[in-house]
Amino acid sequence: MNSFSYARPSDISMAVGELVTHEGAKFIAGGTNLLDLMKENVEQPNRLVDINRLELSAIEDIEDGGLRLGALLTNADTAYHPVVESRYPLLSRAILAGASAQLRNMATNGGNLFQRTRCYYFYDLATPCNKREPGSGCGALNGYNRIHAILGTSDQQPETTCIATHPSDLCVALSALDAVVRVTGPKGERTIPFADFHRLPGDEPWRDNTIQSGELVTAIDLPAKGFSDYYAYIKIRDRQSYAFALVSVAVGLEIEDNRITDARIALGGVAHKPWRKPEAEAMLVGQMLSEANFLSVAEALLAGAKGYGHNTFKIELAKRAIVRALKQAAKLEPAS
Amino acid sequence: MTPYIGKPINRVDGVAKVTGKAKYAAEYKAADLAHGWVISSSIAKGKVTRIDAEAALQLPGVIQVFSHENRPSLAWFDMSYKDQDAPPGSPFRPLRDATVKYSGQPVALVVAETLELARYAASLIRIEYEEEEHETALEHNLHRAREPKSGVATLLKPPPPKPRGDFEKDFRAAAVQVSGTYVHSAEHHNPMEMFATTVVYEKNNKLTIYDKTQGAPNSQLYVSQVFGIPFKDVRVISPYVGGGFGAGLRPQYQLFLAVLAARELKRSIRVSLTRQQMFTFGHRPACVQQVSLGASAEGKLEAIRHDAVGETSQFEDYTEIVVNWAGMLYPAQNVTLTYNLVPLDVYTPIDMRAPGGVTGLSALECAIDELAYKAGLDPVEFRLKNYTERDMNEDLPYSSKELRECFRQGAERFGWANRTPEPRSMRNGHTLVGWGMATGIWESMHMPARAEAVLTVNGKLRVSSATADIGTGTYTIMTQIAADTLGMPIEDVIFRLGDTDMPLAPIQGGSWTAATVGSAVKVACEDLGKKLFKMAQKMKQSPFADVKLDEIVFENAHIRLKADPSVAVSLLDIVGTNGGRAVSETSTSLPNMLEQRKYARAVHSAVFVEVEVDEDFGTVRVTRAVTAVAGGRILNPKTARSQIIGGMVWGISKGLEEESVMDHQFGRFMNHSLAEYHVPVNADIQDLDVIFVEETDTIVNPLGVKGLGEIGIVGMPAAIANAVFHATGKRIRSLPITLDKLL
Repeated sequence: MNSFSYARPSDISMAVGELVTHEGAKFIAGGTNLLDLMKENVEQPNRLVDINRLELSAIEDIEDGGLRLGALLTNADTAYHPVVESRYPLLSRAILAGASAQLRNMATNGGNLFQRTRCYYFYDLATPCNKREPGSGCGALNGYNRIHAILGTSDQQPETTCIATHPSDLCVALSALDAVVRVTGPKGERTIPFADFHRLPGDEPWRDNTIQSGELVTAIDLPAKGFSDYYAYIKIRDRQSYAFALVSVAVGLEIEDNRITDARIALGGVAHKPWRKPEAEAMLVGQMLSEANFLSVAEALLAGAKGYGHNTFKIELAKRAIVRALKQAAKLEPAS
Repeated sequence: MTPYIGKPINRVDGVAKVTGKAKYAAEYKAADLAHGWVISSSIAKGKVTRIDAEAALQLPGVIQVFSHENRPSLAWFDMSYKDQDAPPGSPFRPLRDATVKYSGQPVALVVAETLELARYAASLIRIEYEEEEHETALEHNLHRAREPKSGVATLLKPPPPKPRGDFEKDFRAAAVQVSGTYVHSAEHHNPMEMFATTVVYEKNNKLTIYDKTQGAPNSQLYVSQVFGIPFKDVRVISPYVGGGFGAGLRPQYQLFLAVLAARELKRSIRVSLTRQQMFTFGHRPACVQQVSLGASAEGKLEAIRHDAVGETSQFEDYTEIVVNWAGMLYPAQNVTLTYNLVPLDVYTPIDMRAPGGVTGLSALECAIDELAYKAGLDPVEFRLKNYTERDMNEDLPYSSKELRECFRQGAERFGWANRTPEPRSMRNGHTLVGWGMATGIWESMHMPARAEAVLTVNGKLRVSSATADIGTGTYTIMTQIAADTLGMPIEDVIFRLGDTDMPLAPIQGGSWTAATVGSAVKVACEDLGKKLFKMAQKMKQSPFADVKLDEIVFENAHIRLKADPSVAVSLLDIVGTNGGRAVSETSTSLPNMLEQRKYARAVHSAVFVEVEVDEDFGTVRVTRAVTAVAGGRILNPKTARSQIIGGMVWGISKGLEEESVMDHQFGRFMNHSLAEYHVPVNADIQDLDVIFVEETDTIVNPLGVKGLGEIGIVGMPAAIANAVFHATGKRIRSLPITLDKLL
């Protein structure tokens, strides 16, 4: 761990100002990921800007019937909030599938968006990693890539290769719900649709998201549509708790007269960001609730998927998880 | 009278542990303590060509950077580096020269005024290497397998017995045959407590060392020999160990580094490893096994072949007993057992809970299950049909063996009779239910040890031995044994351990501590009793003047006449005649080898497991398990049960979750954190049940106990694999059984 200075601003503009005036500074909230990364010298911020004193922990209704989640609201307080439980149970389920109770008590919603990959090579300075050290190569491509991505990877140029995944559960649900991220930066406020917040590795695998320098996430807006009648979150992992998803699936459906009128499907553990495919979701609209329909959507979602050896099993596993999640959301079988 | 032995006494060290009063190696304070941070090599094989420590050394508060470049001259010969558990070969010497022998090898130690500073300084040090090609993949190097070298360690780990009968001929002719290859990767012990050493640099250059170890005397021996310090000037103290599992059977490199720095700087120092560095020394070796079994049409096992190839380092031949168990468990007439090693560019493996036993039985008991299926027999029935009262390797009878009773009671508790044998026949929606079982065995060893018993002037009994308590319950059972032997109330008895000023005991491993140290404690207390009795006889108007030792008992802190319990003298009164001094006795307990060698001695178990497998996802859960153990006399059913449950949990871990994954591109273990190195969480553990069947053994040791440290794990992985087969119809021969293997 490097030597760093520390600041604890009391309002948002001071916080943003800290990052503008100190190159190499980083915000810290729960610190559940950042501190681990600092201990292993993966992150070496020269200044930590502690934002825990900012008043960003509110949870409130917004005008179009949606709900605003403060960036500093903890994962636990979000998941167990009665409004979230009743209107956005998919979000509750996803949060509670992640981490451990202790971590959820510390981790914040805003911080979760910036959670970094669990790729072993990213964490180990003795190995190459384009995300950690641009241009150094990718250890995972021909290495131990069991937890790695099968969709949207970057594997053509050695200096930009990256098959890392985004590890969050919360973000998979936010993606399915079409959440909107509110940020404040040096140029003022702006909103980012969730689908545009995280990015695929492309030519710049070191960039996880589209946030600009100095921008601070202040809230996450959930649209009115919460899919509270028909939803499912399935997480498949190597043990019952405290393990990242090999594959996770968030499903929200609207159903009228046994026909699907709206469908959202987001996948976790398979790509550099929560994986959505609107054209695949559209295939379900107007369709009956049948396993055959669900299977063809699963095939469409996984179209173009590519395994790298240890993780090839994820392609079939993801399809099965999608079918199961759709069945559970449609109440064709009980939730697991 | 045994008011305490056999009772579920609470841990005497429990309160200290849960209140934080129990101190561990890295928690001892010393004046002017400096802190060391270890830098680990990033390559698996080659040379360090340059160490640039300039930036680090310029930081105020950084004291020194030690490496091979400035290491002082130390002992020359390999012999000096051999600890009590060193396998044949040339022990690894930290900072010896520029050579890198494995990934993660310590190449430098940064010493600074604070831990944070040492850590930061370490990040500024640039090390350049010249890399050489490394070999770390066992499965690609099986053609290089060779016989292990023999040495002192071979005494405790005998090579496989010579073949008997004619396996090839009999196997070819067998009506029922199975054959399979079984593999598992390396595993790391990962106790909660990281390896750490605090060296207190005393006046007159003596060292008091707080070390994480499974044997304080072993660390003392190592430091004394390597650094050329007389024994009397090195005291090693280790009263509490936050888990060992075998990792502490040898001194780890932080001990060497801390002592080196303390002596060079002439000040106290602490070196503690990180979780990542817990993956940079001994581990359970990866192993590839081939098992072939042949049986008659009636299910009589006739031919066994079990070949194992384990990994070791390039510098030492670590061995474990992997294949011998088949000959101890089954009475087949045609048996060939082989065990070979492949040296790789890794650190030397080290014993890890049930070393070799859980490895070998995970393969053997899976093959037995397969054979039972092929022979059309229930797995329990098959084992009963192939039961033996003798160890066929040595051709000796067992000193006791209530395995039949384990099968019977375990099956009954589990409800085995309700099992439908057909695979995939027990289903509930998407969930496939499977029931499987396996046998477990572990040798019951007994070593020499010493203990001291002291009756203090205020009538308390203080007993000590330089053994360890790695969480097994040693403190508690020794206190029980001492209390019963001298007829003292348990609250007046204190047992202490983990200090080289105490009488010598062997390293704590092999499940031998209860038998070994327990016997020493018993003898020391008996000898003290004899001394006290003689003193009582010399008291004025002693009622025992003409009484013989066998006519009295020690009871309620008194010596009493058996014939007339009202005739008694209190121990307090006896010690009162000693001129204000305590009465003490130090005694040695030696195994009765002449008698023991006539018998094979082992603890046995039968394990029954239920799994649920998601038919689409391949996820496996152990929903319940029963282990029935024949472990001789149970000193404390509470600590004994904890031992078995701990083993069962680890069996679930080994069966389903645990593996150190090596990336052979880099020759490096990659999942080196507890987020990615999976062991069970609470949610993975459901209903675990333990049965201790009655077993009396008068041969195994004076207490009649059999160690329980390993037996809890040995049968679990095979029972799980067999249950998975019953659930799914798939025979998985590589551990852990992760979901991808079942898709």
